Amino acid sequence: MTKVTLTVNGRTMSGECEDRTLLVHFIREKLGLTGTHVGCDTTQCGACVIHMDGRSVKSCSILAVQASGSAITTIEGLASQGELHPVQAAFKEHHGLQCGFCTPGMVMTAVDMINRHGGSLTEEKVRTELDGNICRCTGYHNIVKAILAADAEMASGRQAAE
Amino acid sequence: MYATSYHRASSVEEAVQLRSAHEEGKYLSGGMTLISTMKQRLAAPSDLVDLRHIPALRGISIEGRRVKIGAATPHADVAASRELRALCPAICDLASHIGDPHVRQMGTIGGSIANNDPAADYPAGLLGLGATIVTDRRSISADDFFVGLFETALEEEEMVTAVTFEAPEKAGYAKFNNPASRFAMTGVFVAKTVSGVRVAVTGAGSDGVFRHPGFEQALTSSWSADALANVSVDPSSLLSDLHANAEYRANLVKVMAKRAVAAAG
Repeated sequence: MTKVTLTVNGRTMSGECEDRTLLVHFIREKLGLTGTHVGCDTTQCGACVIHMDGRSVKSCSILAVQASGSAITTIEGLASQGELHPVQAAFKEHHGLQCGFCTPGMVMTAVDMINRHGGSLTEEKVRTELDGNICRCTGYHNIVKAILAADAEMASGRQAAE
Repeated sequence: MYATSYHRASSVEEAVQLRSAHEEGKYLSGGMTLISTMKQRLAAPSDLVDLRHIPALRGISIEGRRVKIGAATPHADVAASRELRALCPAICDLASHIGDPHVRQMGTIGGSIANNDPAADYPAGLLGLGATIVTDRRSISADDFFVGLFETALEEEEMVTAVTFEAPEKAGYAKFNNPASRFAMTGVFVAKTVSGVRVAVTGAGSDGVFRHPGFEQALTSSWSADALANVSVDPSSLLSDLHANAEYRANLVKVMAKRAVAAAG
């Protein structure tokens, strides 16, 4: 067993696991954060997307030991003081989910997308950037709407701050 | 996944040492192929030597028209590099279409070429550019490096540390991707380099990535998509699988080559 230490949503957390333990299982089973989902386990669906050192990654295809020492953000780390993150609020407002299983990965992907392309997202760009996330309910239209709305909202927030 | 032991190297020397100490071990870069393969129990290395924390392996450096990409540089960094895009946009475009955004954050150029998947993008890019693959012990030309299906000139325990190439006058890449895996069902990289025109094809050859001399001659005479119209592609050495048969791939090779030339301008 190996000790893995991560900074998860701003808090230092540790746990023991086998070297072959996947990061998503470590997060869910050792750290008890079950917001990150396992949808396909073959790197295709994106339900397990989290941020590792500021980059969106698929936690079903990374070993927990590989991530040791990293800063991780999961879906549980987005809302602050009871306020939904603008992307979460936009998914609610625009009905960007039905069953909700893919939603944590979609939201983490959307936050990363806005971080990288903030203010310049187009419908086409959003659809391309959703290449690694599968939703079997919505048909994606409302997810795309929600991401564009969140992008606009966050861009106006940035402008107001300047 | 079968049990394995993880080791984190902080230098190239340490990595090679760790790998040499474990006969059934493997280098682990981004892991976007290796971890998936291990999950399916198609690979069972006793030990993994992680290369992601070796600073010397990461980053892109440019001197004049000479480009060097560290082996552990993720696809996303190649895709987003403005300096590289100014010199060789084709390689940035190629990197931006590998897998999906999350895979591109982890997957690395060194891992991709060391694996030499017959449908991967980078082998076509590096063969097309006439790149040099630098390892911990020598330099290997791309022509010699890519040997066959998942086979390279790398010796046991030898590791890729960087790739280098001279920025081409023009280059373009076009791929027809498998909609589920995003791997190339056929991808063609064309380049007008200082040492002549090069055309490399991935995803189609039954023995992995290959150059197409007929296309190279036609484009040397006239650099245009129309120049390829009468050049034939022999399906006998192409792959047939459930996605596409060899005849279909032969047609795709030509269509992708034309699109790549158009993209190169």
